[in-house]
Amino acid sequence: MLVTLRVFRLDPTRESEPHYDEFSMEAKPWERILDCLNRVRWEQDPSLAFRSSCGHGICGSDGMLINGVCGLACQRLVKEYPEGLITLEPLPNFQVIRDLVVDLDPFYQKYEKVKPYLITGEQAPERERLQSPSEREVYDEAIRCILCACCTAACPITPKQSEFLGPAALLRAFRYLFDSRDQASRERMEILDREQGIWGCKGHGLCTRVCPKEIDVRKWLGRTKKRLHDARIAAGSQQELSTDTGGQGPA
Amino acid sequence: MLGWPYWKKNSSWRIALEKFHDALIIGSGMAGLRAAVELAQETSVAVVSKVFPTRSHSGAAQGGITAALGNEEEDHWEWHMFDTVKGSDYLADQDAVEIMVRDAPRAILELEHMGVPFSRNHRGLIAQRAFGGHTRDFGKAPVKRACYASDRTGRVIVDTLYEQCLKMGVVFYPEFLLLDLIFQKQRCVGAWLLDISRGEALRVWAKSVLIATGGAGRLFRTTSNCFGNTGDGLAVVLCHGIPLQDMEFVQFHPTGLRGVGILLSEAARGEGGVLRNGLGERFMARYAPQILDLAPRDIVSRAILKEIREGRGVEGQPYVHLDLTGLGEKRIKERLWEVASFARIYGGVDASLEPIPVEPTCHYFMGGIPTDPDGRVLGDGKQSPVQGLFAAGECACVSVHGANRLGCNSLLDLVVFGRRAAKAMAECIKEAPDLPPQDMGEPHKPERLQKLLQARGPETVPGIRQDLQGLLMDHCSVFRDEKGLLAALEGVLELQQRFTRLGLGGGGRSFDLEVVEALELEHMLVVARVVVESALCRKESRGAHFREDHPQRNDALFLKHTLVFYDGQEVRIDWKPVKITRFPPKERTY
Ligand SMILES: Cc1cc2nc3c(=O)[nH]c(=O)nc-3n(C[C@H](O)[C@H](O)[C@H](O)COP(=O)(O)OP(=O)(O)OC[C@H]3O[C@@H](n4cnc5c(N)ncnc54)[C@H](O)[C@@H]3O)c2cc1C
Ligand code: FES
Repeated sequence: MLVTLRVFRLDPTRESEPHYDEFSMEAKPWERILDCLNRVRWEQDPSLAFRSSCGHGICGSDGMLINGVCGLACQRLVKEYPEGLITLEPLPNFQVIRDLVVDLDPFYQKYEKVKPYLITGEQAPERERLQSPSEREVYDEAIRCILCACCTAACPITPKQSEFLGPAALLRAFRYLFDSRDQASRERMEILDREQGIWGCKGHGLCTRVCPKEIDVRKWLGRTKKRLHDARIAAGSQQELSTDTGGQGPA
Repeated sequence: MLGWPYWKKNSSWRIALEKFHDALIIGSGMAGLRAAVELAQETSVAVVSKVFPTRSHSGAAQGGITAALGNEEEDHWEWHMFDTVKGSDYLADQDAVEIMVRDAPRAILELEHMGVPFSRNHRGLIAQRAFGGHTRDFGKAPVKRACYASDRTGRVIVDTLYEQCLKMGVVFYPEFLLLDLIFQKQRCVGAWLLDISRGEALRVWAKSVLIATGGAGRLFRTTSNCFGNTGDGLAVVLCHGIPLQDMEFVQFHPTGLRGVGILLSEAARGEGGVLRNGLGERFMARYAPQILDLAPRDIVSRAILKEIREGRGVEGQPYVHLDLTGLGEKRIKERLWEVASFARIYGGVDASLEPIPVEPTCHYFMGGIPTDPDGRVLGDGKQSPVQGLFAAGECACVSVHGANRLGCNSLLDLVVFGRRAAKAMAECIKEAPDLPPQDMGEPHKPERLQKLLQARGPETVPGIRQDLQGLLMDHCSVFRDEKGLLAALEGVLELQQRFTRLGLGGGGRSFDLEVVEALELEHMLVVARVVVESALCRKESRGAHFREDHPQRNDALFLKHTLVFYDGQEVRIDWKPVKITRFPPKERTY
């Protein structure tokens, strides 16, 4: 089938305004949008810039806006766009470095803010820390996250509140908060218990809708909210967290 | 209104400088990151990568990581060692294998302590599953030895290691490409990098350098590898007069998704999936009567192609079926979520209801930069370490995989030898001479980058690359013979000539992927050349290297490692003995 890619172009070092270029080609229905982009670069315009690495939805490099929806170019196939016109634009809410490449530094900085690593007080035991299958199951979906930034780019809160941690960082926070081996619940909840943290999330659910790994992000952020809420009640205060409910240890 | 009110007015927000570090690691896959975590405890360490660290290829590893933990059933490191040696078709160095398998349980528990979310069994222990070639009692029956986290084992380990690096303040240079290594008085003292986001070169000085740039699967048309696996580290090292070892051994994984080569993990068979030919037969019974579909990859890949050649492909087409329909939806969802999602998205197949079309896909390079068990690069391939230079991971060859790697042994190799290399680097740093003074003046850009920026010939990168990938696929993949290999060699030489007449758009700016791919192609050509030349010299069949004109293994002549040198023009071959300690070579049957 004939496919036309309408691609956002901008080199901020040379131009002050972006424009769109159109590239047409014959493509097989099961080709990936990423294949088409590569063909543009290899056959038509070698200067086109975008990121990619694995080509099958595992590395998270090629998040972009595809016909107005955040997604991975390697996960969308030509046949999903029977009308044959596909508009490709960089992920919104990030600065453009060139064409479809955006600056994700702010995204990574927020991810670092949630202390994305296991924190335990004691010396590591000799064998593995025990964890039951059901304890492990709690965050099984969350570890599918590949940090592609699609959710955060799609989230309507970020444009209004640039300090908001965003769904990806909050999901990573959930992953550690609910890991039965982690013992820093309190520290973690303090980071989350603010408007730029978990309360910034108003449950719009666009994150869940665009997630290429089919993670129900909204659900897990909801679980986090409930955990914080319960902690407040347990502490006998609506205002402030003063109790540690996490890290119950192995089952 | 366009919707992007924000963009960088000026892309030179990073200031060009020379940089100075104690340890410089090239590559942020699992090998590089494991080394970084180790070094960060002692010294200042920087990690360079073509892609953002968690986008590295190790993240694509699905199935698992081996260790004789014995969490599911009885297991011993001696069994693991035997399997690895036998799987390697007796070409692995047994001293190195012993180091790896004995260290394996410690290495896995350490990952668990760092926070890796391994799947668990009902006792709360790390869960383990069966994988190709892993057996109990020295070959008697399959054993569950692969530790896993669903089927995203690689990604969660990479994420965890990266997060440990964040915690420890490791410096990262993401989206920087290794252009060349810098040597002074025979000592490696740093590297030239291309800052991809600015299109500028950067010089980094370091007291010790680790090459952890991964494999080169992109040499072949059909591959499970990411776009960046172009053998950069291999080529750069080779061009400094250091040999590569055992480069003829290239593994094809039996179950690549038909047409695209995307990997469907061996875990699918470990969990009970079976291969069927066009007649619906479970054909592995003919080739490995004892362990059937869980035979090692070289054997299964050849079996599939043999079925196809003999007319038993599905519907007469060059593919067979991977059948998971007996597993049930629940097990698939729990343990093979990614596999099922790849089959659905890229193959249009619901794995719980229909069989998945598969064909062998280029997967792993057993050969690489020769090192000792502490990651020291051996300048002559045998015993003389190059000062300041280390290698680990798929680009290295300590020789634990020999002629054929068993599934899940790669990730183990990465964490065991990544850590050992880091320990040796820490020692090296202590006695290294001081780095040069800070104000060395504006460095000259490396010549090869300058040349490419000015290249205005008629040849194109995609044109040459496509021909190269076709050439290797047709003549140097699962089945080989002298005629084909000679044709491949002639072809590669011609492509090297064509490369000198390359023409680029002359960008040299931010994210100039044409320049990046030209640099990678130059590496691919060199690596292809030594793969073919090594394959020509080995006139026997062993592991993944199968010569139809010499179908038997020949221990009398070829129980030895190949070393290949390249001086920019000519290739020279040398050999070195295999270290055999516990298991003398035997015929290899399953
Ligand atoms: C799909 C797939 C599934 C697999 N599953 C398993 C499994 O289940 N178990 C198992 O044991 N093994 C598995 N393997 C094999 C294993 O994943 C690889 O061998 C291993 O990940 C290689 O790791 P590495 O650290 O050596 O290199 P990589 O992870 O490939 O990392 C290389 C790094 O080097 C960087 N780099 C490369 N060139 C340059 C350059 N010029 N400049 C700067 N940086 C550079 C890259 O950006 C990257 O960061 C699998 C492989 C594939 C392809
Ligand atoms: S290229 Fe890796 S997710 Fe698309």
